[in-house]
Amino acid sequence: MTPVIELTEIERTFDADPPVRALKNVRLRVEKGEYLSIVGPSGSGKSTLLTTLGLLDRPDKGSYRLDGIETTELDDARRTALRGNRIGFVFQAFHLLAHRSAVDNVGLAELYQKGERRSRTQRAEAALQRVGLGHRTLFRPDRLSGGERQRVAIARALLGEPSLLLCDEPTGNLDKANTNAVLDLFDELRAQGVTLVVITHDEEVSMRADRRVRIDDGVLSDGSTSFQGSVLR
Amino acid sequence: MGWRDLASEALAGIAARPLRSALTVLGTVLGITTLVITLGVAATAGNQIAGRFDEASATEVTVAIPDQRDPSAPPYVTWAALPDLTRLNGVESAAAVARPTRTSSAQVRANDLKDPTAVTDRTLPAVAATSGLLKVLDASIKQGRFFDDGHVARHDRVAVLGESAAKLVGITRIDDAPTVFVNNEPFTVIGIIDNIGRASELGMASAVILPYTSANDRLRTGNPTEVLIHTALGAAQLVAGQAPLALSPNDHAQLRVLAPPDPASLRGGVEHDVNGLFLVLGLVSLVVGAIGIANVTLVTVLERTGEIGLRRALGAARRHIAAQFLVESSAIGLLGGILGASAGMITVVVVSVSREWTPVLDLRLAAGAPVAGAIVGLLAGVYPALRAARMQPVDALRAGT
Repeated sequence: MTPVIELTEIERTFDADPPVRALKNVRLRVEKGEYLSIVGPSGSGKSTLLTTLGLLDRPDKGSYRLDGIETTELDDARRTALRGNRIGFVFQAFHLLAHRSAVDNVGLAELYQKGERRSRTQRAEAALQRVGLGHRTLFRPDRLSGGERQRVAIARALLGEPSLLLCDEPTGNLDKANTNAVLDLFDELRAQGVTLVVITHDEEVSMRADRRVRIDDGVLSDGSTSFQGSVLR
Repeated sequence: MGWRDLASEALAGIAARPLRSALTVLGTVLGITTLVITLGVAATAGNQIAGRFDEASATEVTVAIPDQRDPSAPPYVTWAALPDLTRLNGVESAAAVARPTRTSSAQVRANDLKDPTAVTDRTLPAVAATSGLLKVLDASIKQGRFFDDGHVARHDRVAVLGESAAKLVGITRIDDAPTVFVNNEPFTVIGIIDNIGRASELGMASAVILPYTSANDRLRTGNPTEVLIHTALGAAQLVAGQAPLALSPNDHAQLRVLAPPDPASLRGGVEHDVNGLFLVLGLVSLVVGAIGIANVTLVTVLERTGEIGLRRALGAARRHIAAQFLVESSAIGLLGGILGASAGMITVVVVSVSREWTPVLDLRLAAGAPVAGAIVGLLAGVYPALRAARMQPVDALRAGT
């Protein structure tokens, strides 16, 4: 079966003085249904890895196959379409539109896809139901707690059944109780077969994943041992 | 992304910041209102001025024939030239007259009696005329009749008096065929006219009107000094242009034509005067409004950087982002246009009502003003929309919510 993510010898260098090598010869393979955490301190290249995985940035070298599709050679429009179709994002800052109801915010995920307009609200409500917010559909974000907001964001990411749920510090703005609630939700989603990649600096959060990889200074390694250029798994 | 999604996203964007949107709309409202008021009031006022030209005065043309410099040369206009004028299309009636100069008015009296107790001699203008004068003067016969072509051809010594002239010389009835002596030449009074309609010829009421043939025989009145023309409605300008050529093909440049001002050009002139200044004012406020929209949209774009990043992450292409901001700014402009057009129209109507004018509201203006507003908004949104579309999703997401 084709892996969801297949990174081969990815390199990304930012123009600066001196140049910053944010990703060095990164190899990574994520199978369908896997729950992977990528952990690393700030400045380790986590964000660059996330934007690369999320097709928001283009690596300088190497190959990135998403669902078997080679993405590094696609033009901007195709990458945008692929991103919209196959990747669901969960951000640390939630990125909810303040003036729109929860269900509108969730529906936003389908706005740029080919979803039928009339039943969109229904699907958005179903997604909210799935994250346990069926009773908050018409609330605006400012009336939701931090944990609820993040769950709205997760519902938005889930809409349209993406191949990959890409979470960037999903608990970074949450307190302990809400963090646990979100992590429990991840476990549930994992059980439903959603492929999850969680990028975090929090060891506790990363422990909940099936598999952990560590990024340090642009180098990806398995667990705690540094192993540059290794093919993981 | 369908157009309905685009519209609802744009509207949600506008509704998210109602006060700001309202203030942005205001700029366009002012510009469009000024334009609509300017054009509307100008059209209304122009129409009003044109309306003052009543049918009568708009059909009066007078051709003045100057004195001949060289007495031996043929006259500019002869009495016989009149038929050449009357056959012109648009000429309803015409008459040639020879008026005495101010100093050469005739001594007129009603009989030969020397009555020391009464003033019998009156100094009245004796006007030689063709038989069409009655019609041109738009006058009515009070008693008797006007002279006709037969009197003219036979050189009959008849006279028609204006109402005041008759009163002055003491003639009240004509059934006994009274005589008036004009510079001691007797003429039989055959009629008295009154109710002269032609405003410029009210003086004829105190004149003694004589057939030009007999007048010339007895009083040496000479060649016509004026030709009075009554034209069909709307033909005054045309006839005014053609009359000198018809009357005097050789010397048409010598003749002076008094025609009513062209209502169309007068209205145009008024509109032009009013419009010039205020159109510039309206356009300036429209430009200011556009700059306002551009400014606010740009601020909005920068403020919503995070949202733009999110939309890009959710699969929005650059064109989707650009389209959303363009639709937002156009909608602001359209709203301003609609409000401005309404406010302008209401103002025009109120002004008209207060002056008891008939408001003239051009449908094209009513329809065009909102469109103009939308175009202004669209143009104003181009730069901010391009800025938004050009943002890199990574940077945009990093910039915050």
